[in-house]
Formats: sequence, structure tokens, C-alpha cells
Amino acid sequence: MGAYSAIWTARFRTLIQYRAAAFGGLVTQFFFGFIYVMVYEAFYASATTGQPIALSHVITLVWLGQALLGMLPWNVDPEVKAMVRSGSVSYELLRPVDLYGFWYARALAQRTAPTLLRAVPLVIVCGLFFGLRPPASAASAGAFAAALLGSLLLGCAITVLFDVTLLWTVSGEGIVSIATSLVVVLSGMNVPLPFFPDWLQPVLRALPFRGLIDTPFRLYTGDIPPSDLPWMLLHQAAWTALLVVAGRLLMKRGLRRLSVQGG
Amino acid sequence: MKRFLDAFRLLVRYQGISIRGQMQYKASFLLMSAGTFLITGVEFLAILVLFGRFDAIAGWRLPEVAFLYGLVNVAFSLADTFSRGFCVFAGMLKSGDFDRLLLRPRSTALQLAGQELTMRRAGRLTQGLAVLLWSAANLGVAWSLGKTALLLLAILGCCSLFYGIFVLQATLAFWTTETLEIVNCVSYGGVFAMQYPLPIYQAWFRRFLTFVVPIGTVAYFPALALMGKADPLGSPLAFQVCAPLIGAAFLAMALQVWKLGVRRYQSAGG
Repeated sequence: MGAYSAIWTARFRTLIQYRAAAFGGLVTQFFFGFIYVMVYEAFYASATTGQPIALSHVITLVWLGQALLGMLPWNVDPEVKAMVRSGSVSYELLRPVDLYGFWYARALAQRTAPTLLRAVPLVIVCGLFFGLRPPASAASAGAFAAALLGSLLLGCAITVLFDVTLLWTVSGEGIVSIATSLVVVLSGMNVPLPFFPDWLQPVLRALPFRGLIDTPFRLYTGDIPPSDLPWMLLHQAAWTALLVVAGRLLMKRGLRRLSVQGG
Repeated sequence: MKRFLDAFRLLVRYQGISIRGQMQYKASFLLMSAGTFLITGVEFLAILVLFGRFDAIAGWRLPEVAFLYGLVNVAFSLADTFSRGFCVFAGMLKSGDFDRLLLRPRSTALQLAGQELTMRRAGRLTQGLAVLLWSAANLGVAWSLGKTALLLLAILGCCSLFYGIFVLQATLAFWTTETLEIVNCVSYGGVFAMQYPLPIYQAWFRRFLTFVVPIGTVAYFPALALMGKADPLGSPLAFQVCAPLIGAAFLAMALQVWKLGVRRYQSAGG
């Protein structure tokens, strides 16, 4: 365990250095956040029928999404990608740690450090001025925190799965980019899931992706009552376990057929 | 005129070479195109989902919003396809490769425009075109010759504007040597914002999209004229029809600024 936490710490310290990049990202996040908020306000202003979720909650979801965008598994680990390309991934096999655990620890850092840099200023500013509401209650806040941790673990399992596909595709942009658009839609990042048609809701509830955004965010606003938390955590944990097992199996097969070119 | 034709012929030749080069990797091209088709399709999916719950936004129905979306996305993807040279320009500046362009007896802007025709962007173009054609058929607009010409003009105007933004973004690198990622937020954010009619935005943002980076001007106003919709902002029809020219003017201005940058350039290499 010590080795993995050392990997996480080292990676976290490296990533936390990119403050200028974080600032650029922050401006972008504000810009897109404002557009989303204005679009939803206009839709609600011309709404004739009742909506499945209140406008103030939608605005809160928008800002939470912009703040925590970096937690979403939307890309591969750029260094793993470079390693597979150059062939130095073979050195990874020599390390005295489990490779899956190693990549998972890297993913944990990748999903936390940049997010932290952006989320803190964004939450403060939007909380004070732009309609990001506080959690519905203390219980909702607690449930949000627990589900956010679940979301992180699930997101990292998906990230490593993306990393593992690189062993097959090398350039790895085709498959991962398609998978990413699935994640963005089905997690509720793009449009909050309650807006999707009613007949689709059971499917969305069953799939793993809602655990990334929809579950923690709507626990925050109170749309999902805190008493549902155990079920939500179970959903996240079950999918995380399944994806970790799948990732391990794929990694094993990928490494067996791995041939490094060059000498 | 002869010089212009000659430049155009050279540009076409550049693009031909670039296409042949990329077609050596057919599978990669197809996968990447499918990828961009899906990723950009996600944005339209969001519009579809929201229109499943809402009938209209500020009096605009789904085909009308889709029309605006298609117009902006087709224009953006065209500009994106032909502007790869300007995107990689900051790297050329750092490595000193830009000096080679200066040695050739053609304008630097022409050479950068001919750098690469990025075919994997075809995914976004196909997707935007599909939405545009679907909405054009469902708007209930009689597509006369005049209207079709105005549509093409609007696409060109909007495309020129995006191209102008890319050129300006590259030009900034003469001063900063880094590409400023923040400018992406203007181009991508602009495309995203202009999927919806201009009046839904607050005054400060509307002014930004009308006067500072006139994406709204070149997309929203011609779309109104094409659909025969009244403008709550009160613009006259003559202005709506002429608005695409502003995109051309913006591009011309950007190319002048580019020339300024080139004149200022001092090579770092030895």
C-alpha cells in the first residue's frame, strides 16, 4: 500500500504545479458555465409544463459540473500513452508493484490534482455570486461527500480501462474519443439525466455512468434524498468492482500479446 | 487577377498533396471521423433531449434552433479543416521552422493555409451538414434561388469569421510565442453559444457576440432573414442580409494584423 500512496503523492505533486494551465481552464469553465446557465434560464422562461427538476437545482448542477469536470474520465493518462507509443511500457513490467495498481494510483492523482486547482476558486466565486446553492441539508452534504468518493473510484476504474485499450490501438484516439462521448452524455454531464425521456430512465439508472455525475450531484441538491445513499453507493461499488476486474483481465491479455519494437 | 488565380491554384495543389498523404492511413481516417461525428453529435443530442421537455426557447422551435446549429457548425468545421497551419504555427515559431516559409516567394498566410487539409474534421462537417439539411427541409421555408444563395453566403461569412479568429490566435504568438489557449474559449465557446438564438443571452454577452467577436452577428441575423422571423432586437432586413460581409471584413482585418506580426518577427534561431 505504501508504494501506491507514494506513486499517488509524487504524481499529485507534479500535476499540482500546472497553475497557469489551471487558470486557462478556469476561464473556459466560467465561460461555458455562464452560457449553460443562460440557456437553461431561457428554456425555463418559455416552459409551459412542469419540469422534472427545478431551475435553481439545474444551475447548481451546471456549476458543480464545471467545477468537477476534471474528475470525469474523459481522457487517457498522457504519460501512459507516450510509454505505449515509445515502447518504454516494457519497463513498467519490471517494477516490483502490480501494474494495474500502479496505473490506478496514477489515475487517482490525475483525477484529483487538476480538479482541486479549478474547483476551489470556482466553487467560491459561483457560491457567492452566480447561483451555486449550498447542499440541501447537512445530511445531503454528507451523502454528496460519500458519493463523490465513490464517483472518484469509479472514474479511475474507467480511466484505467481506457489506458489499457492503448495496448491494442497504440494511437488510441478513435476508441477512447468515442467512449468519452458516451461518458459525457450518460453521466449527466452534458444534460442532467432527469431531462432524458421517461422510457430511457431505467436504462440510465442501471448503467455505471450516472454514478460519476448524476448520483453525487443530485444527492447534493436533494433531488435524491440522503436516505437513498446506501443504494447509490452499492451501485457505484458494484460497477467499480466489475470494471476493475474487467480492466485487470484485459490488461493481462494485452500484456501477453505485447510486443515491443526495437532493441 | 492573375496573381490571385495563381495563388488559388497553388493552394489547391497544397490541399491535394495533403489529402493524398492522409489517405495513406485510411482506417485511422475513418475511425477518427466516426469519433468526431459522435463527439460533436453529442452537442446536438443535448438539444434534442431538451426539446423533448421544452416546446421552444425564446419562441424558437426545434427546426429553427437546429438550423442555426447546422449553419454555425458547418462554417466552423470548414474553417477548422483549412486552418491547421495556423494552429501549429506557435510550434513553428519556437522551432524556427517559420524562417523557411519566409524564404519562399509566396505570402506566409498562403503557405500556412495550405499546410494541411485536416480530413478527420470531416466528421463534424458531415454531422453539421446532416442537421442543416434536415432542418432546412423542416422549416417550411421555400428555398428559392435567392435564399439558397444567401444561405451559402451566410456559411461563407461565418466561416471567414472563424478563420479570422484562428489567424488572430496564431498572430498573437508573434508577441507571446505561446498559443493562448484562452482564445479557444472564444472560438469553441462561440460555436457553442450560437447554437441558440442571440436574444436569450444577457446584454453583456450579447454585445460581446455582436461587436467584440461578431459570431452572433454573422450567424444569427442571416438566419433570421432566411427563416423570415421577426427580430426581437429590432434589426432591419437589409442589415440581416448584409451581415455575412462582416465576417469577410473580419478576416481581412485579421490578415492585416498578421502582416503586422510578420513584419515584427525576429527569428530566434541562428
